[in-house]
Amino acid sequence: MAGKVTKDDLFWVFVKSNFLLGSFNFERMQAMGFCVAMIPILKRVYTGDDLKAALRRHLEFFNTQPFVAAAIMGIIGAMEEKKANGADISEATLSGVKVGLIGPLAGVGDPIFWGTIRPVLAALGAGVALTGSLIGPFIFFIGFNIIRLATHWYGVQYGYTQGTALVENIGGNQMRFLTEGASVLGLLVMGALVAKWTSVNMPLVISEYTNSAGEHVVTTLQSILDSLMPSIVPLLMTFACMALLKKGVNALTIIVGLFAIGIIGYAIGLMA
Amino acid sequence: MTIVLLFIVAMITGFAAVLDEAQFHRPVVACTMTGAVLGDLTTGIILGGTLEMMALGWMNVGAAMAPDAALASVVSTILVIVGHQSIGAGIALAVPLAAAGQVLTIFVRTITVFFQHMADKYAEEGNYRGIEMCHWLGLLLQGLRVAIPSVAIYMVAGTDTVNNALNSIPEVITRGLQVAGGFIVVVGYAMVINLMNAQKLMVYFFLGFLLAVFTNINLIGFGAVGAICAYFHIQTMQMNIDIEEAAKTGGGGGVEGDDIDDSDLM
Repeated sequence: MAGKVTKDDLFWVFVKSNFLLGSFNFERMQAMGFCVAMIPILKRVYTGDDLKAALRRHLEFFNTQPFVAAAIMGIIGAMEEKKANGADISEATLSGVKVGLIGPLAGVGDPIFWGTIRPVLAALGAGVALTGSLIGPFIFFIGFNIIRLATHWYGVQYGYTQGTALVENIGGNQMRFLTEGASVLGLLVMGALVAKWTSVNMPLVISEYTNSAGEHVVTTLQSILDSLMPSIVPLLMTFACMALLKKGVNALTIIVGLFAIGIIGYAIGLMA
Repeated sequence: MTIVLLFIVAMITGFAAVLDEAQFHRPVVACTMTGAVLGDLTTGIILGGTLEMMALGWMNVGAAMAPDAALASVVSTILVIVGHQSIGAGIALAVPLAAAGQVLTIFVRTITVFFQHMADKYAEEGNYRGIEMCHWLGLLLQGLRVAIPSVAIYMVAGTDTVNNALNSIPEVITRGLQVAGGFIVVVGYAMVINLMNAQKLMVYFFLGFLLAVFTNINLIGFGAVGAICAYFHIQTMQMNIDIEEAAKTGGGGGVEGDDIDDSDLM
């Protein structure tokens, strides 16, 4: 007779969900990590050939944003338990739910975690770190990990208790609100950072004269730019990078290119 | 003793770089830890903050792989502290190191395919401990691919040959790199903005930019303004959905159904 999933099992799924990407490989990506995270449940509800089949099906391709993956683990855990206890759930259904959730959940997780929470907290922490204060790394590390661990924990719990009911919710409006709301916050902060945390100085002298009061007036390229729109150069550079990245140019290539601009700009006296 | 601690710290950043969970591999954390081990915490923190700005957009999305922040952070911190380089030089060195680290992780991620097939065999036997072992082996290799180069560089850093090589870089290069350091971060911003991929939301980006140019709001203030904007944005979305649904029931429904709906709304 198949067993019942215990609180302890779910706790271990939560713990192992933190290592999802450990054995990331180019063939099946997070497959082993997913299987390992499911093992506490699988070994509880299955024995013998059923266990072998379950292990096999969770070694199939898997790849999504690692924090939201915890919810998929909870959902699949609930389905596996039902299947073990006689519910009519086929392997195809399980794979279908799993693969079907990869896209939408990554679509929510990527902009929220990689697009908003991490860059915003990292920028905040880095800004403080520039002053040499240990508070900087701590703001980022502790802030991010509280949010991350909560996502893992509630993902597993909520996924397990809601089971397939959650599958329908993920396509719903709540998720769209969350994603777009996070994007609004993230983009606003990015706009601020482009202006605040870049520095471009172009001391190239455009004109130089002594005015009627006898004062020496120097107009540099930078002073003209500042009177029009400060930080316009970093803004244009950002747009140029966005366009290059969209064309598939490697980020490191662009960085090397910017270093080259810095060196040449300094050498010819355009930048300082 | 330092070598042992450095090895452990580098292992942790290597684990974190592939896991992308606890973020020990992010420069602001990794450089701080490396700095602490090498006895110069403050330099580690400052270098970490500077590198973090540059690496802000380095992320693993889908099958795409980020440049490797782990090796870049640990080794550039070693070169700055032990090799007595400037922070500016550390940043410049971090770029080729991030590329090298990426090559190493690609190598490990390819080797791990072999463990994947070993795991398949264990699954046939129902041996779940075997599968777990394959998983942890993959993770172990990811730690070693950062720890081994880091310790190797620690042992040669500070020697005359390395110092002379680093010090022979001409001034126009080092000053130019510093100039570039002021705006290199735009690549990270661009990556984050592209990820959001929302043309209609770019108006919020411009709002943030203009507020930053013409006011003195600090970053916490921007977080608050952003949260308020997000609130109103969601309200508008909800309103649009309501209007759409009202239009659907109003236009599509029969006369009788329409009447009932309307009275409900009253």
